Amino acid sequence: MNSVIKGASYILAHTPDMVIHNGTTQTTERIVNPGSEYLVELPGKLRPYDDAMRYAPNQTYIGNLTPDELSAVAAPWYEQKLEDADRFGKMGEIMPQDEFYILMQVCDAFDLVKLEKGFVEEVKPRFEQHPLMDESIIARIKGGVEQSEIDRAIGEDHAEGLYQDGKLVGYVKKSHDVDVNLSAHVILENLVSKASCVLSLLHLTKNTGIDKAEVDLVIECSEEACGDMNQRGGGNMAKAAAEIAGFSSASGADVRAFCAAPVHALIHAAALVASGTYDNVVVAAGGSTAKLGMNGKDHAKKGLPILEDVVGGFATLISKNDGINPELLSAYTGKHTVGSGSSPQAVITALVTDPLDKMGLKITDIDRYSVEMQNPDVTKPAGAGDVPLANYKMIAALGVKRGDLERAQLNDFTTEHGMVGWAPTQGHIPSGVPYLGFAREDILSGKIETCMVIGKGSLFLGRMTNLFDGVSFIIRKNSGETEQTSAVPEEQIKSLIADAMRNLAASLAGEGR
Amino acid sequence: MDLENQKRVKELSEQYGPENLVVVLGAAEGEAAGLTAETVTAGDPTYAGPLTGVQLGLKVYHICEEEIKSEVDPGVYDEQVGMMEMVLDVDEIVDEMSAIREQFTKY
Repeated sequence: MNSVIKGASYILAHTPDMVIHNGTTQTTERIVNPGSEYLVELPGKLRPYDDAMRYAPNQTYIGNLTPDELSAVAAPWYEQKLEDADRFGKMGEIMPQDEFYILMQVCDAFDLVKLEKGFVEEVKPRFEQHPLMDESIIARIKGGVEQSEIDRAIGEDHAEGLYQDGKLVGYVKKSHDVDVNLSAHVILENLVSKASCVLSLLHLTKNTGIDKAEVDLVIECSEEACGDMNQRGGGNMAKAAAEIAGFSSASGADVRAFCAAPVHALIHAAALVASGTYDNVVVAAGGSTAKLGMNGKDHAKKGLPILEDVVGGFATLISKNDGINPELLSAYTGKHTVGSGSSPQAVITALVTDPLDKMGLKITDIDRYSVEMQNPDVTKPAGAGDVPLANYKMIAALGVKRGDLERAQLNDFTTEHGMVGWAPTQGHIPSGVPYLGFAREDILSGKIETCMVIGKGSLFLGRMTNLFDGVSFIIRKNSGETEQTSAVPEEQIKSLIADAMRNLAASLAGEGR
Repeated sequence: MDLENQKRVKELSEQYGPENLVVVLGAAEGEAAGLTAETVTAGDPTYAGPLTGVQLGLKVYHICEEEIKSEVDPGVYDEQVGMMEMVLDVDEIVDEMSAIREQFTKY
């Protein structure tokens, strides 16, 4: 029996100082061109929290604005500040950087994050007011250290600084003298990923109402590697995050497949639940510091603020069929295979039309497609175009080639079956999954019945293969059948009937005697 | 243009001679196609890669241009490129590519 999607959460952490100190575009520039104009003007191009919070795509990400409502906001969106905006949304929140640093310390199990005394005293009371931070989390906050200790760690011990409004307020220290995999840089990157994953898990718990002890497994699907020099990608960020979130009965494992990982992970989760191995599987990921300000040079050159100033995270809960929530159709997934070929046509065929063919459906039979939902505000000025729109056009064009729609309907298809993009360009974060929360609501409300979720990945970046990758699945309105209503297997029915016949025969034989 | 690809084009050009090479692009937009074409003819305009200041002047075409399309078996072309041809702004790409070739291609 198919599993169902019980809910989703989406969080952002606004981290402008990390754009400067941890985004690879900026760290590379500091090495290659330390005196560059870009580095000088960058601090003035960063948005204050309120601007990032009132940014329409960010409000959409946390569920306060639907994709349809976002498309009604005049683009470019960075020119608008929503009046009706809030830190907390129906599906998550936008956490300010100072509180996020506290959360990073909460997530640090090895005493590697130190924050300045005055900073902790100022921010901790606010953090304690957070509706989702329980006693076990608050108890993990440590007292602050002296500024002199922070200065020494940065100056003498290769620690990575944590900055607030340009001021050094803490550090992340290295965990090994020689091993680059445990350098302060890598530890910081992994702790940011872990903390944003934890925040997603906490919001998922609230959104779904699930008892934390009922979660059987967490599958983490970010793009970070955690381990030491003997097992560089050893992993299990999943279990590490589940521990802090308080999922006491859960195990964990990570799935890695570049930007396609969340969709791969959801297919795994759905299969594990459908097979009966687990009842409740959470798929989650935190975000990436490396991608902060990735297109910052283009944004600065074109007079835009630095729009890539948030770390993203998401979580979803896949559970056994309750007869209500949308079903994830495990038998009809799409996959780009080793032999599929890399032309866009081959890719869209493998991901979109192969699974539809298995079901006897046309491209137009799917109500909505959730593709790479990157925010076009970010990608267009960087010369990468409107990514979701390009995907919808490709799906439509393949539909024309197959005769599923007329060429004249190509543009209508992109608006009727597609959406504008709203997700931050954090690799795996925009990849198919940002719509899951809305999709569940839209299916439950009857607005749509089916949705195809597509994730793609650029494997060549790891230099192990030139192959492309992608997977897809379909979610559909629940048929209404539950494990209970259809729990009696055919064999069991046959055996019951056989028993009844035997009893009847026996009783008839008895009567005749 | 990807730095690794710049390196490969430079090496191939040294190995086989620039007059014997044709670069075929598949970029999805005119601007992106133009930038790549400029890189393999006049040098890397972003001053970041191995082709910075290297004027290879190579022959360069986009897969959707008639010169290349007519070289490909129509069945194969339809299977591999037909869908994208419907999506791309081919005229814009052709304009961009022609302008770069007129200016910078030496062969």
